[in-house]
Amino acid sequence: MSPAPANAFGPPKPLHAAFGWITLLFFVFTQAYAVATSPADALMGHLQKIMYVHVPSAWVEFAAFGVVLLSSLYFLWKEDERADLLAAASAEVGSVFCGLTLVQGMIWGRPTWGVWWTWDARLTSTLVLFLIFVGYLALRSFVEDPHRRGQWSAAVGIIGAINVPIVWMSVKWWRTMHQIQSNPRSLSPEYLRGLLLNLAAFTLITAWFIWRRYEAARYERAAEHVSQAAALGGYDG
Amino acid sequence: MAFRDDIRRTRAIVWKDLTTERRSKAGFSAVAALGVTILVLFGLALGPDGKALQNAAAGALWLAILFASVLAFNRSYQVELDGGALEALLLYPGSRWAIFAGKLIANLIFVMAMLVIVVTVGIVLFDVRIPAQWPSIVGIMMLGVVGIVALGTFYAAMSSRSRAREVLLPLLLYPMLIPVLLASMEATKAFLFGDLLSASGAWVQMLSLFDVIFLVATFLAFEYVIEV
Repeated sequence: MSPAPANAFGPPKPLHAAFGWITLLFFVFTQAYAVATSPADALMGHLQKIMYVHVPSAWVEFAAFGVVLLSSLYFLWKEDERADLLAAASAEVGSVFCGLTLVQGMIWGRPTWGVWWTWDARLTSTLVLFLIFVGYLALRSFVEDPHRRGQWSAAVGIIGAINVPIVWMSVKWWRTMHQIQSNPRSLSPEYLRGLLLNLAAFTLITAWFIWRRYEAARYERAAEHVSQAAALGGYDG
Repeated sequence: MAFRDDIRRTRAIVWKDLTTERRSKAGFSAVAALGVTILVLFGLALGPDGKALQNAAAGALWLAILFASVLAFNRSYQVELDGGALEALLLYPGSRWAIFAGKLIANLIFVMAMLVIVVTVGIVLFDVRIPAQWPSIVGIMMLGVVGIVALGTFYAAMSSRSRAREVLLPLLLYPMLIPVLLASMEATKAFLFGDLLSASGAWVQMLSLFDVIFLVATFLAFEYVIEV
């Protein structure tokens, strides 16, 4: 058990707010830039613009789950409580972006494919990934003891992450055997620049979200420590 | 000979779990009856068209096995917890993996026994024509059950000791088992209909790969989840 952070109940740090505002402004800029500079797509028209939120969401979702995997491994290795809290924060943010990716994909799919959902390998495996991490978050909320919660969720997080490529492979084979085409797209440079800028912006947003969520989790833990200590009669201010 | 001692511990746990089940019988009968009931429900949902039932047989069978076996996994630890026996089990000297191996093998035998009943009923209810390659289907069933039981035994070690265990185990387990289920259903289906596209090979490889990866992963991770 690491001790409560020294500034556990201090005022919010100005650096947080500054980083948040800069990230927001950068995001607004990259969205405007991407929308303004990309011509209407030959097939999809302006519907293509959803790519600038959809692809970055998918990217940061995977990045966030990568953080869950690494911090879970680190937690089991070093038993550092902060790694557990970081994993929890990343899983929450990753699940939100995973959900967003799915919804944006449906919004794009409805006019393009004519259906909200198709059992495409990418869609299906993203949905499965989402469900795996909903399970992860449910486990966290159903276990009270912090140490136990840390150990269990680290194990579930690691095993869930191992399963991601396997799910992808199995769904892909399942599709291949049922002979339905998906549609690959190549990207010309005028779309690529806007996309890369938005990938950067989304990465910053995710980092900020995880950071804030992590800070909040540390405050919660500090409060838990204090109330535990008080319950044992050992806390004197 | 520490390893040989652990094997003996494993065997003792398998024997203990199976004896408990054999003496109380109610647990096994209830789980098997539930498996059959789920099959009947699938039949009602998909039937009465004979062709449709035959096509859906593989999927319905696997889902019935999955839904029923989840109850077995929670039971396997619940019996320990009710008797306050898990702490005692953990206090005994020896490796933790022996406990996991024992629970896993006992669950494996339990689910296999249930599978025999459910599959027999399924063959009758869904009018399944038994193909010449039926030994291959038996092999696939074994591979599939190993995957289900490995992850099920592992997750139940956590869910049975948490709040909301009834909902937590399926919520954790079902998404994780999607590759196993897809592979088992598709391979079974391929063999039931003569495997004209020789599609089953890839699925059998996939199943074996999954079994190996998750057996290793759960054996390594079990120590972390049972200690606390």
